[in-house]
Amino acid sequence: MSLLNPSLAAARDYPTPWQNRLMPYLLLLPALAVVLIVVFVPMLEAVVTSLYDLVLWKPNAARFVGFGNYVKLYADPVFWTALWHTIIWIGLTVPLQMGLGLVAALLLNREFPWRGLARALVIIPWALPSVVIALMWRWIYDPNTGVLNDLLLRLSLIQSAVPWLADPGIALYAVIATLTWQGFPFFAVMILAGLQGIPQSQYEAASIDGASTWRQFRHITLPGIAPVLATAGLLRVIWVANSMDVIFVMTEGGPGYATHTLPLYAFIRARKNLDFGYGTAIAVTFTIMLGLFVALYIARTMKEVER
Amino acid sequence: MSKPTLLRRILTTDLPVLGIILLALGPFAWMILTSLTPSEQLSATGVSVSPTGWRLDNYTRLFAQTAFLGNMGHSLIISVGTVLLGLSVSVTAAYALSRFRFAGRRAIMLQFLLVNMFPVVLLILPLFVLMRRLGLLDTHLSLIIANATVAIPFAVWMLTSYIAAIPKSLDEAAMIDGCSRLTALRRVVLPLAMPGIVSTGIYIFITAWNEYLYALTLGGKNVRTVTVAIQTLIGEYQIEWGLLAAGGVVGAMPATLLFLIVQRRLIGGLTQGAVKG
Repeated sequence: MSLLNPSLAAARDYPTPWQNRLMPYLLLLPALAVVLIVVFVPMLEAVVTSLYDLVLWKPNAARFVGFGNYVKLYADPVFWTALWHTIIWIGLTVPLQMGLGLVAALLLNREFPWRGLARALVIIPWALPSVVIALMWRWIYDPNTGVLNDLLLRLSLIQSAVPWLADPGIALYAVIATLTWQGFPFFAVMILAGLQGIPQSQYEAASIDGASTWRQFRHITLPGIAPVLATAGLLRVIWVANSMDVIFVMTEGGPGYATHTLPLYAFIRARKNLDFGYGTAIAVTFTIMLGLFVALYIARTMKEVER
Repeated sequence: MSKPTLLRRILTTDLPVLGIILLALGPFAWMILTSLTPSEQLSATGVSVSPTGWRLDNYTRLFAQTAFLGNMGHSLIISVGTVLLGLSVSVTAAYALSRFRFAGRRAIMLQFLLVNMFPVVLLILPLFVLMRRLGLLDTHLSLIIANATVAIPFAVWMLTSYIAAIPKSLDEAAMIDGCSRLTALRRVVLPLAMPGIVSTGIYIFITAWNEYLYALTLGGKNVRTVTVAIQTLIGEYQIEWGLLAAGGVVGAMPATLLFLIVQRRLIGGLTQGAVKG
């Protein structure tokens, strides 16, 4: 800091506006430079790559094909399957997480002696690495020795062991259940924060007026946490859509294409076949589709920031 | 409090909460039990629920037969590197965003938020090509840089809200007393923001430690993180669940313990900032 002192001392005596005006940009420069290099440049490169027929093990074969990859995409049945799976994936996981999170939050908002402990314990799934979560659930779902089949057989809820991750009709829902488990604590914590912002006096007034518990929930609690639900829901749609590590470790997209979502399809295409041109074309298409939710979320958050 | 209300409380609150906690912790607890059951017993009679059947066999095998300690070392280098890179560029950026009003401020904040929403898959493919061109594949640096794509935007948002909560009048007073802007930042704002900086740093550490896809794609034989190592235990040993569970428990420990230590403050910041989960 002492190196800068002479010039800054001068600035104090005669405040020079340009220096003051430059200050925030200088402070921002390192972060912006890093983000530019590691995010925006690669992203632009991805868009450019998607216009080429680029297979990584054929180094000199990069060929400009314009929108060729996107045309190919339109005719690719796996793309449509993956898109449909992505819709089911988001459409089931986010509401399930939200519902379970809401129940957990309402319970944790009540008065009981070990509330602090319970609140700390419930968020543990959130801190676990995705790989560990995926492997843990593969073990639980294991058709021969897994605990889930064992439990269900003992309760006679099923007649024979179910191959949860090997049955193409069940695998996607089994993975959705895992992701619901991973994500519900996030909702619980967010909703809990929202619940604590509702003044107690509103409930007191309502119960004096004779409102039932259900009516209190419907007319005080729900409107009170609606903004939190909207923000957390949007954030979660984006997060769940993007997350592919749990599926990748649990099923690698299989059996067949049964658990392919769009980002996973792009990743597998590029990783297994080194087909980077086509892979990035899928990734770019997916990003554009997700764009609507991102725009909604950003509009909400920026409004809150400006206050 | 009379007895009926206590009973009522237990039935309507304590028991359902217990159910939720069991749901949240059950799978992980099951993995811990699996890791404590010796392999032979696991295939013969299944997971041992009673402490009499518990052995540390799987853990001793994990450390003796695999390079798990080395993998943890790689994860540690990458996570600490990401924290240092992320915090050092984000602190000044957050100070600028919270203290100055200037042309482009809104656009810059929006840009950081937008970056956080980019699909990993969109960045991972070009980053692989980029690192290959630079000869950085399978180095710690490539993974630190890749993790920074998540860490920096997140840290900027978290720290901006932390620093904005420190009254402006404090650094103004310091500057009237003769401090320069940067000295005021260092001597007044930084110490006050330290709790926020520490919890942001810990959050970055946790996400970098838990990260899997970049580590799988940009790492290799030389740099293999814990998350990738756990996955490779499957191939090498034909799904030996006891060993795998031990790897999972050890691999999850650092992040989980750190998380429990800072969870209260972290959640305050996360729910206010509403940044990426």
